[in-house]
Amino acid sequence: MRTGGWFAVSLTLCLASALAFLTLPIIAIFADSSPVDLIDSLGERGAVDALWLSLRTTAISIAIILLVGTPAAYLLATRAFRGKSVIVTLIELPLVLPPAVAGIGLLAAVGPAGILGGAIEAAGIELSLTTAGVVVALTFVASPFYLRQAMAAFGAVDRSLLDASRTLGASEARGFLRVMIPVAVPGLVAGAALALGRALGEFGATLMFAGSFQGVTQTVPLAIYDRFSTNFDSALALSGVLVAVSGAILLSVKLVQGGDALGGWQTE
Amino acid sequence: MAVAAGCGDDESSQGADSSPPTRLVVSAAASMTEALQKCAPRFGEMENADVKLSFAGSDELAAQIRQAAKVDVYAAANAKLPDDLHADGLIDTPVVFATNEFVLAVPKDSDIDSIDDVTKKGTKVVVGSQSVPIGSYTRETLAKLPPDQEKSILANVRSEEPDVRGIVGKLTQGAADAGFVYVTDVNATTGELKAIKLPDELEPEVQYGAGVVTKSAQPKLAKRFVDGLTDGACADALQEAGFGPAP
Repeated sequence: MRTGGWFAVSLTLCLASALAFLTLPIIAIFADSSPVDLIDSLGERGAVDALWLSLRTTAISIAIILLVGTPAAYLLATRAFRGKSVIVTLIELPLVLPPAVAGIGLLAAVGPAGILGGAIEAAGIELSLTTAGVVVALTFVASPFYLRQAMAAFGAVDRSLLDASRTLGASEARGFLRVMIPVAVPGLVAGAALALGRALGEFGATLMFAGSFQGVTQTVPLAIYDRFSTNFDSALALSGVLVAVSGAILLSVKLVQGGDALGGWQTE
Repeated sequence: MAVAAGCGDDESSQGADSSPPTRLVVSAAASMTEALQKCAPRFGEMENADVKLSFAGSDELAAQIRQAAKVDVYAAANAKLPDDLHADGLIDTPVVFATNEFVLAVPKDSDIDSIDDVTKKGTKVVVGSQSVPIGSYTRETLAKLPPDQEKSILANVRSEEPDVRGIVGKLTQGAADAGFVYVTDVNATTGELKAIKLPDELEPEVQYGAGVVTKSAQPKLAKRFVDGLTDGACADALQEAGFGPAP
């Protein structure tokens, strides 16, 4: 008990410092901006445009991620084949890429002078400096968060459930839609929430690939950066809004799930 | 991070090679990146200083100084930001150390050869954000045009970048057709972009101002760095990059 005593104390100290370190900047954002500023900043045209643009582009990119990512993650989680671990690693690579690298990579790949730039232009699609470009940047950085979580979720489903539905005559497609997805839903929602948070906060790749223009490509993080030098109060207030929205997403996911998927809402 | 202010025992003891180099943090406008990277090491050798260069939009650097960032020298792409900081007691009396030329930049094989061409609908234009000097020079310049020309150019603006590097990057990557930058930025691309000189009556006076940050722990060394911008290795590097001498 005696050795356990100092150990427990150091654990508590570590937790306390981690908590203080992680929450202080967030507390400071709200301490430094009065609720009046916050509401005022929402009345400003540029801020409203940025919020609306962020919500729109994030929603579209999450829809794409769910639509393409769910079957892809299912495939990876349920099949064994040569080179699978290489594919999984490649898919997860953007997780650890600096945003600036993502921006340069997107420019080199699908920018006007990029390797697919000509083909994209020939198809009449314009990505750089457009809202579509923002969606591309968000999807690139956010999808690995979903894919990873979805693979884990599908991988954890008891295969006998799927096998049972197959023996009852259901096609694999039906089993995927009716059995696998419903059972994996908590994990899928958690993955979508992580991707959503990452997409909402995306900054570097968006700036490099899509630029920054009010109402077209200037998402909330870019608007915050734009105000950082001229109007720190407004930057604080917009940051407050982003913290509130992100916090609300996290909280609602936890409430919907009753606490499983994001690693335990309850303490026990 | 605690910068070891204590070891900056004396900035004037240059001869003592054995003493560790004194750290000098220089916040400079992004447009001076190439020039200062060339001359700062030379300055460091001469003064036994470890010069840390931090490049960003002048406004952002000013904001960092307002937020009490540990910086010794502030060098901006205009004279107004240093004057503002001086008025607030954050930097010592600033000096104008160089001038630059405000130009229209286009990719080297572009058909655009005058500001009139930029008014054409569908021309993709990138400018600096209103808060950076390059952005305010741009708006100041466009305001001197006939209102319909100004309007059509502003309607062609596709991105407002936080610093000149963003503008140059969008142009070299072919994402935009034209942008307003300094002639030194065009020179730095070594041929990828070409500069189109603006009519004299449009051209704004672009002066670069610098000053020693009041709270600097090495004010003497910082002062010598600022002096060196008008006369010394850095002055040479700036002129090599296409900057004009101080008026």
